[in-house]
Amino acid sequence: MSALLDIRNLSVALKGGPRLLRSVSLSVAAGEVRGLVGESGAGKSMIGKALLGILPRSVEVVEGQILLDGDDLLGLPPAERRRRIGQRAALIPQDPLTALNPAHRVGPQITDRLVDILGWPRARAEARALDLLAEVHIPDPGRVMKSYPHELSGGMRQRILIASAFAAEPALIVADEPTTALDVTVQKQILRLIAEMQARHHTALLFVTHDLGVVSKVCQTLSVLYAGKVVEETTVRDFFRAPGHPYSAALLAATPKYTDPDGSLTPVPEAVIAAVRAEVEAAETEWQHGRR
Amino acid sequence: MLDGRGAIRRRAGARLWLSGGWLLLLVTVALFAPLVAPQDPLAQDLMSGRLPPFWSAQAEPGFWLGTDSLGRDVLSRVIWGARVALTVACIAGPLTALIGGALGLIAGFYRGWADRIISRLVDIWMAFPPVLFSILLIAVLGTGLTSIILAIVVIDWTRFARVVRAEAMNQGAMDYVAAAQVAGFSRLRTMTAEILPNVLPTLVALLSLEMGIAVIVEAILSFVNLSLSTDAPTWGGMIAEGRTSIHQAWWVLAFPLVALFLTVLSFSQFGEGLKDRFDPVLR
Amino acid sequence: MLFLQRLLWRLATTAVTLFGVAVIVFTVVRVVPGNPIAMMLPPGATDADVARLKALYGLDRSIPQQFLIWGWGVLHGDFGTSISLRQPVLGLVLGRLPATLELATMALVMAVLMGGAAALTATRHRGTRVEAGIDVTNGVALSIPDFLWGLLLIIIFGVLMPVFDISGRVSPDLKLPFTTQFYLVESILRLRFDITADLLGHMFMPALALAIPLAAIIGQVLKQSLKETMELDYVTLARTKGYGETRVILREALRNAILPTLTLVGVQFTFLIGGTVIVERLFSYEGLGNMAIDAVINRDLPLIQGIVLCFALIFTGVNLVVDLTYAALNPRLRHA
Repeated sequence: MSALLDIRNLSVALKGGPRLLRSVSLSVAAGEVRGLVGESGAGKSMIGKALLGILPRSVEVVEGQILLDGDDLLGLPPAERRRRIGQRAALIPQDPLTALNPAHRVGPQITDRLVDILGWPRARAEARALDLLAEVHIPDPGRVMKSYPHELSGGMRQRILIASAFAAEPALIVADEPTTALDVTVQKQILRLIAEMQARHHTALLFVTHDLGVVSKVCQTLSVLYAGKVVEETTVRDFFRAPGHPYSAALLAATPKYTDPDGSLTPVPEAVIAAVRAEVEAAETEWQHGRR
Repeated sequence: MLDGRGAIRRRAGARLWLSGGWLLLLVTVALFAPLVAPQDPLAQDLMSGRLPPFWSAQAEPGFWLGTDSLGRDVLSRVIWGARVALTVACIAGPLTALIGGALGLIAGFYRGWADRIISRLVDIWMAFPPVLFSILLIAVLGTGLTSIILAIVVIDWTRFARVVRAEAMNQGAMDYVAAAQVAGFSRLRTMTAEILPNVLPTLVALLSLEMGIAVIVEAILSFVNLSLSTDAPTWGGMIAEGRTSIHQAWWVLAFPLVALFLTVLSFSQFGEGLKDRFDPVLR
Repeated sequence: MLFLQRLLWRLATTAVTLFGVAVIVFTVVRVVPGNPIAMMLPPGATDADVARLKALYGLDRSIPQQFLIWGWGVLHGDFGTSISLRQPVLGLVLGRLPATLELATMALVMAVLMGGAAALTATRHRGTRVEAGIDVTNGVALSIPDFLWGLLLIIIFGVLMPVFDISGRVSPDLKLPFTTQFYLVESILRLRFDITADLLGHMFMPALALAIPLAAIIGQVLKQSLKETMELDYVTLARTKGYGETRVILREALRNAILPTLTLVGVQFTFLIGGTVIVERLFSYEGLGNMAIDAVINRDLPLIQGIVLCFALIFTGVNLVVDLTYAALNPRLRHA
């Protein structure tokens, strides 16, 4: 089966600086929900950003391919690349408070992609937006469509952003820590909502998170990232049963268990960190040599 | 990041050198005007009126930048005009900064009724068209160097007061000011020892800008014939004269204009350059 | 509610400011040494003639008394009579005001277009030489005041390549069948585009001279604001939707970036209006500012007072409008 998304040997670096992603390979099949875990700074968000073409200006792709539907996005001319991404992929952002434009009403922010990029008639796009708002359990969608973002709560806004992400029936959605900025009580609802929407629309999901608990609830497969490198790629079931890489095992041991929140907590051992770091450094030296 | 910061520094450096160089040249020429100027700036010679600059075939040696309609040497008048311009800039600028800065500092630091009065005054001042205000003041004070300087101070103190007030308010809200107060320093001491040094870079940049503005105001007043006696060599006076004969002798207008242009630009760029250099955030 | 409160408060402070301006200008012009009456009379007039004229213009009373009489008149629409032109001040001011308003508005439009274009281009090409070039140009444009730009334009477009007229508001040989002083507006409404073209030809250089410094400020501030906005999450999200960079700048960033620029542009626009005084003089443009300078030279006290008050009214009015526009444009304030 050919993958929907196939990232091959992707390296991303600060301009003229060190690599943030080191030859990352990753694939997501149609309808698959893949978790992307790692500690902060591991580069997990970078993968989603590179794929969606929204890397910060100080960062550039130095090698590799990102195949979406079999076409290398990085090989396309910029305007075409953006169109393709807009048509086939979407983002559920981290912070719902800053991800909606304060100057526009909510409605147009859901329908804009349908009208401008996919060329739908406005009436059809608006009908679709109303349906989607109902799907994400927003009461009185007609009124919400006419509201400004600052009139709505954080949870509401995240629902709107989810609805907006699913609007164009994308094949792939990147969810970039979509619950981190929310209240704990709202987090669970949003998580359930994303899972529900994913199941209904059969959309592939790349779920970026640092929370293994979230992964165990939502994802089928996962990739573990450390220092810009994928150290393990496995199914969620196998991972929780027997993590393959020492770092994964350590990470799992450092995650609180619901049955025993405090007792089982062990920090990641120094030896493991040192070993992984040595591995990464070896790869880095090799890459630097190859470059020269 | 490193790259960007380096670029700012480099540009600030070039700016400082270029503008500082021109100002230095101007000061030197102004100081030694009697030695540097090739002709007497007041000497008229109606027989050699409106001579073109040196590259033209009709030019006469000794009159490098041509002559005006009365046959006075343009270059010599530009050189002597620099004296007037710089005198006004060097006296009016610091005086304005001192008065405006002090009022701004008081308003921004003491707040309360002092702030209310000063802010209201600034509002009223801002409702006057400044050029008209200065012309009006000269009409009241009479022409002459002192009047010009006085007019500039009376009109432009608000520029300093506004900026320094805002800056002092920002600084006053910082923890180190509270710390100084807790440590038992008097309010006056806190103001001069803690707040003033932090306002200084802004003040210096503004002062440099103001000196350029003073030069412009002097030129404008000379232009409407309200500065010194019509005879005296001032850039503004030359520009006014050149404006009337622009189709016959454009150089009478062009050369003092170039001098004025470079001087005003240099003052403002010098100030900006200094500010960048002394800004602790950029440094 | 908040909006109404704000409006009332601003109206009150504006009134105080205007009163202050009136007091100051009234006092300042009374200490002018030149004697306006002496300038009106033919040589050989007797002391009795002088006294009679002084009484006629009310100059024989004390300054506070004069102020009260004048203030009472102003509140009733009577600004006194010009000494040098021997006409009611109000009529003179209103006759010249349209010329100045048209000039200032034209300059504002030019400044917004030039500054906006510079900011958008620099944002579109941020981090490149294009941005650096625009920054340097802005810096120079900002440092040089309108007076010098006017002179420079005169040399370039008046002498070296004479394309535009360098003096007056309209060619003197043109017959103007107009009923108002808003020549530009009226020429368009009456479809007399030959006159419109002539007016624009005269207006171009003074308007450009006034516009350049303001354009530079707009360019700088708007660019900074745009660049900050372009880093925000909702802009990033818009990029993932498939929009091109230009579209993202115009659709997502511009509207939010304009708001902080607006207040500043308001203050700067009043500076522009203040600049019309000398720029009108420079281009012999028959506006309010040009008349003001003549009034000062002629020691025409009532006229000076009227013109200064008129300028103050415009300045405070502009600030008021900007303040309220800001409140109206900001969705947060509007719905609060």
